[in-house]
Amino acid sequence: MKKGSSEVFSFKSRRQQRLDDGGQINRLEPINFTFDGKKFTGFEGDTLASALLANGVRLVGRSFKYHRPRGIYSAGIEEPNALVALRSGDRHEPNTRATAVELFPGLEAKSQNRWPNLLLDYLQINNLLSPFLSAGFYYKTFMGLPGWHFYEYFIRKAAGMGDGTKFKDPDKYDKKHMHCDILIVGGGPTGIAAAVTAGRAGARVILLDNHPTLGGQLNGELFFLDEKPAHYWIEKCVEELDDMEHVTIATRTSAFGYYDSDVVNAIESVSDHLPEPPDYQCRQRLWQIRAKRVILATGATERPLVFSNNDRPGVMLASAARRYVNQYAVRPGNKAVIFTNNDDGYKTAFDLARVGIEVVAVVDSRKKIPEHFEKELNEKEIEVIPRSVVVDTHGYFGLNSVEIGTLSQDGKTIESNPFIVSADLLAVSGGWSPNVHLYCHSGGKPVYNDAVEAFVPGALSQNGHSAGAAKGSFSLNDCLHEGHDIASTLVKALNFESAKQIIPETNEKNIVPIEALWRVPGKGKKFVDLQDDVTESDITLAHREGYVSVEHLKRYTTLGMGTDQGKTSNLNGQAIMAQEKAEPIEKIGTTTFRPPYTPITMGTLAGRDIGLSYKHTRRSAMHNWHKQNGAIFVEAGQWLRPQYYLDELEQPSKENMDTAINREVQTVRTSVGLVDVSTLGKIDIQGKDSAEFLNRVYTNGWTKLPIGKARYGIMLREDGLVFDDGTTSRLDECHYFMTTTTSNAAAVLSHMEYYLQVQWPDLDVKVTSVTEQWAAMALAGPKSREVLSKLLPTRNVDNESFPFMGVREFDIEGVPARIFRISFSGELSYEINVPADFGEFIWQRVLEVGRTYNIRPYGTEAMGIMRIEKGHVAGPELDGRMTAADLGLQKLLSTKKDFIGSKMMDREGLKDKNRPRLVGLIPVDKTSRVKSGAILVKDPTLAPPVPKLGHVSSSAYLSPTLGHPISLGFVSGDIIETSKKVWAVSPLHNESHELEITDPIFYDQKSERLHD
Amino acid sequence: MAKYSIFNIIRNAFNGDKSWARVWRDPEPKKSYDVIIIGAGGHGLASAFYLAKNHGIKNIAVLEKGYLGGGNTGRNTTIVRSNYMLDENAHFYEKSLQLWEQLSSELNYNVMFSQRGVLNLAHNDSQIDAITRRGNTMRLNGIDAELLDAKQIRKLMPYLDFSDDVRFPIKGGLLQRRGGTARHDAVAWGLARAADSLGVDIIQNCEVIGFEESGNKITTVKTSRGNFNCGKVGFAVAGNTGHLASLINLKLPIESHVLQAFVSEPLKPMIDHVVTFGAGHFYISQSDKGGLVFGGDIDMYNSYAQKGNLPLIEEVVTAGLAMIPSLSRLRITRHWGGVMDMSMDGSPIIGKSPIDNLYLNCGWCYGGFKATPGSGWVFAHTIANDEPHNLNKGLNLERFKKGRMVDERGAGPFPNRH
Amino acid sequence: MLIINCPLCGPRDHAEFTYIGDATKNRPKSDDISNDDAWYDYVYLRDNPKGLHEELWQHSFGCRCFVKVVRNTVTHQIIATGMPKEDLILDEKGFERSV
Repeated sequence: MKKGSSEVFSFKSRRQQRLDDGGQINRLEPINFTFDGKKFTGFEGDTLASALLANGVRLVGRSFKYHRPRGIYSAGIEEPNALVALRSGDRHEPNTRATAVELFPGLEAKSQNRWPNLLLDYLQINNLLSPFLSAGFYYKTFMGLPGWHFYEYFIRKAAGMGDGTKFKDPDKYDKKHMHCDILIVGGGPTGIAAAVTAGRAGARVILLDNHPTLGGQLNGELFFLDEKPAHYWIEKCVEELDDMEHVTIATRTSAFGYYDSDVVNAIESVSDHLPEPPDYQCRQRLWQIRAKRVILATGATERPLVFSNNDRPGVMLASAARRYVNQYAVRPGNKAVIFTNNDDGYKTAFDLARVGIEVVAVVDSRKKIPEHFEKELNEKEIEVIPRSVVVDTHGYFGLNSVEIGTLSQDGKTIESNPFIVSADLLAVSGGWSPNVHLYCHSGGKPVYNDAVEAFVPGALSQNGHSAGAAKGSFSLNDCLHEGHDIASTLVKALNFESAKQIIPETNEKNIVPIEALWRVPGKGKKFVDLQDDVTESDITLAHREGYVSVEHLKRYTTLGMGTDQGKTSNLNGQAIMAQEKAEPIEKIGTTTFRPPYTPITMGTLAGRDIGLSYKHTRRSAMHNWHKQNGAIFVEAGQWLRPQYYLDELEQPSKENMDTAINREVQTVRTSVGLVDVSTLGKIDIQGKDSAEFLNRVYTNGWTKLPIGKARYGIMLREDGLVFDDGTTSRLDECHYFMTTTTSNAAAVLSHMEYYLQVQWPDLDVKVTSVTEQWAAMALAGPKSREVLSKLLPTRNVDNESFPFMGVREFDIEGVPARIFRISFSGELSYEINVPADFGEFIWQRVLEVGRTYNIRPYGTEAMGIMRIEKGHVAGPELDGRMTAADLGLQKLLSTKKDFIGSKMMDREGLKDKNRPRLVGLIPVDKTSRVKSGAILVKDPTLAPPVPKLGHVSSSAYLSPTLGHPISLGFVSGDIIETSKKVWAVSPLHNESHELEITDPIFYDQKSERLHD
Repeated sequence: MAKYSIFNIIRNAFNGDKSWARVWRDPEPKKSYDVIIIGAGGHGLASAFYLAKNHGIKNIAVLEKGYLGGGNTGRNTTIVRSNYMLDENAHFYEKSLQLWEQLSSELNYNVMFSQRGVLNLAHNDSQIDAITRRGNTMRLNGIDAELLDAKQIRKLMPYLDFSDDVRFPIKGGLLQRRGGTARHDAVAWGLARAADSLGVDIIQNCEVIGFEESGNKITTVKTSRGNFNCGKVGFAVAGNTGHLASLINLKLPIESHVLQAFVSEPLKPMIDHVVTFGAGHFYISQSDKGGLVFGGDIDMYNSYAQKGNLPLIEEVVTAGLAMIPSLSRLRITRHWGGVMDMSMDGSPIIGKSPIDNLYLNCGWCYGGFKATPGSGWVFAHTIANDEPHNLNKGLNLERFKKGRMVDERGAGPFPNRH
Repeated sequence: MLIINCPLCGPRDHAEFTYIGDATKNRPKSDDISNDDAWYDYVYLRDNPKGLHEELWQHSFGCRCFVKVVRNTVTHQIIATGMPKEDLILDEKGFERSV
């Protein structure tokens, strides 16, 4: 292994890098954890990254494409390198940023994208093959046989990062809705200052921060405010805010998206810092916040510098190095070089030197060194090398030396021979980019600011006001003032009395402007996007080939497409492209930031709507009875309906599905049965124009329907095709009761409401859904009248008193009931509706009373077979593409009036005489089972493409009544005229059957059984 | 056009990739073109490519208001399939699928067409009947289709929810093995390179701002980069068709809606096929880079914004977890939106327009990406011959007036329900 | 989330509403002489503007009222809401700011 052995050794004999004092960790609470199976100890207050560094672990991962060894690069959510698999088993969490994981007892982490292990990763061969693997190489090859799908198998295995998940998640997720006057995103100095001002004014404030404590960048710095360490100020403010009831502080809560109407969504990591969530608690919680005003105090992210081999473990953002020292009391290295193009590197140099880390040099690419640093530099004996750059680095598994050279005046070449210094830490700062992500989500367009060399928010979009570092104001003083000022402006706009806040004095040095350094001359791999292994040469290649727009650049090279979404890489890449094109960066523009700001767990978005709660289950009032009496249920939309009942008299039942259905049909045809039809849509219609309204909604006439009568009708859509069917009954002068199909119940209601409210507001009609209010059951069979009369001993229900299509309101055992003499089965039948609370009671009463007639409940299968026998259309026929004539219902189209759909139903295509029409179908071989979904053709032996004559829509494998199979289907008009037979083919099942075309009504064609 | 091959990659590796040429020119626009295609997405570029290749038309411009491939071509979930039921769609999409099968070699650009199979799940008897009908129709049309039962599906995709606490158990599914995915950007780039090499001018950053007409003809296309005289004009700007048509006072049976798409963090291979849910709107596949790419319904309201809102995202992800519970701990790393032309019957409009020399390629709803080569093929034919190809005859604009809608879902004239 | 100001209920999440569509489509009067083009226009054609759009939403999980909304289809900003037959006066400033 190239240069491997010594580093492997040093990896094994790790040095403890924890400082003896300082930092915001709790040394009294040691925490044990493992990384790649090895045991380590950290402290409360550590992140996984700081604990690893404290234990001297530098190598934590492998890069995406070249599998180069990588270490910890940052101290925050922008981390491109240190992605680990956190936890295991059913809590496995791939691609987790070690820099954002709070250490908890027993934490388990594993490195990713390596095989067999982190040191011996076979695919590091890719690093040697890299000349062949430049940007987009895969677009130029793998085109021949055996086809991409073959090559893809290997590419997919090599790509990806963490392993996927295999198990159901044991954790719970919740959702929470909030309103506020002012939402402040980011609890750093800007956000805290804003919260205090807004809170004091009395505004309802929500302050979000993704860290466990407020303070933001201040936690990683050694700033003084009013001559005291900054945390005194933070604590004072937090105390004050905590006392304000109208202020909500949410830590560990990350705003991930700014959506329309100033709605901001955040995810609260409720239990991620614990070994596992307590029983009563969720893992994460989704916040939906509706804010009147939003302050975006989201801070800024430091950028890397682009130079050869800038990716080795030991190379790190300057601010991160500082944070590890200051916040976590960890030495990220022992011998440091700082490479910077702005003042930030100096802060790092001083903070590292303070804790005894040897600072070999500050390599500053700027021509002039800020004078005000001189005194401290001298005190700490730190050498500064101006107008110089890090040209290259060395050390395979971890940095061991860096090469430093002097830049030529034009910055394009290295003047002198570079010299090598040994170092195990290289802290780099390429300047800061404001976190404009949420601003972009809100619809804002960032603009380039030369002074800070970064994109900053442009014009205001929605009500999201950026402030502080998020706006490009990087000094602490500016942050504090901007936080206060914007809060003060916004509370005034919301009519609160504005409040005073005295902003503390800072001890900052003046800031000397950054001088952009987008890339350093040199030969090695210069990484721009560390996670996706996008190098400077990939960008120049993209330019050479013409992928020059920022979006082409991104998509061709994968710049900024990793889990970090280019937080550290985008601008560097775009700036290099700008240099190649010799255009200013503002002309090149930036790619669009899309939500989420940081990756969000899918479980949180689903919340509790998982498993059986995915969609609510609708059950009728008689459900429990069905369940206790042998019902096998079937899904009908969201409803559960009894499909059939296994004979409840014998346990275990000797019946199977076929025999049960057979028995149920025969019971209804010969005696009497009872079926639950509560799922039908029911709409109560009242008002003096109800008849006129029905006349417009249905295709047939409704003005002459007498009180106490029901009528069947079909509705069309405006395009003239059939929408729904059902019966409507007239209960009173101005009172009607409509039923719809189960699946269209909601759509029909909304359809009618639309016409009443929008098109015909002059009609005096009110419609209300009463589906849930009424339980409905159909009592069907030749003996149904006898059962009914026993139920209603005082009523006359003979054929004259209660004729076909009659409607009566009677009490059954004191329960008000609406009884409709309508039939779907083709038998004498009464649909009994009772208030839902009495549904089960009446259902049981009917069965008790009917016992002498051997009454039995029946399910949807038997009902379905009987309606096929009777040629009634249902869901499979009403598929939204049928005209009334297709369904054989042209008689229901009134010619005497206009109705919805009447103007468009006569278009040429809808009158085409060859349109498939409803027919009955009987197999010639009466033992064959013709599947619904079989296609009708002339000749089953034809080779594709085969002309299709129609299809089988509904099939009964056996009509118990007729003793053979029957089907409904649609056959082209011309075939119906000329042929008596047709073939049903189902190539999916390798079946074909010859069928006879018949009338769709197989049973009681004159409907005598209904009328007597 | 320098040929792409493994040998060329090796040769270039030794000179630091210095000799790769530009993939397409950045030409100065001419004053006049025989055909101007508006929109340099997959459809516009494919149309120009086939106009040049199949019909020998030389003087073609493709105008693009932004960067080529920047609209829906680069925003979709990359699914390619031809599992349609109605003849008008079936034969057209099947032609497109056949073109996909040879597209990489035709373009000498690997569009990564991966025939990994597309499975539609069914969760109850009526859905089984519906996929049976569709599958049988496909087979009779000469399109591959297989009906799988739950056992077979479980073997193929053990990660789907086969547990007891599942709201809508899987009863079966319809598999089209020849369906799959392709690398969306590569399609635009490969077509642009191929069209460019045949002399097509691709003019980016060139927004159409109006038209000049004379008689019933467009004479001039006015753009942010000047005015161009034109012989014929083709719209291939799905998503923006409504807006572009308004510039010439043309009202169409189309609404623009936003469709969101999502990608997860990259993972080692986890999902090997394209799978669609039957008890909610959700479809998913895994990109070659490892991200799970998925989507669902449109946001439902008219929109030209390439962004959506969270309620729909919650709905999509919830459906996703209902289908694959183990997604729960994975993370979404990015979501975005594309603007769709939703037509009044859910099928595309590709053919002639009321204006003599204007041709329409629009109304693609969810289905535009998979149609890319087929759309270019028939649109080029329609423009070159001033009459539709057999494959797009039924997809004309007049069908709405004539009552010959091509409505796969039977949802009627409600664009957001298709 | 779009927050829609229902004239009866006040501001509510759009998740409570069902989108209906273009509010400018008026059903041709039934007593008009059957005019195929008018019906074709009503049922099928849409202005589909890029910018301000008058549209209907139904407050399905609320009062079930149909609400007319003037919304910018580019920014999603809602300019005004009212009853279906109300003539909504557009806030010109709002319009300018959002486009």
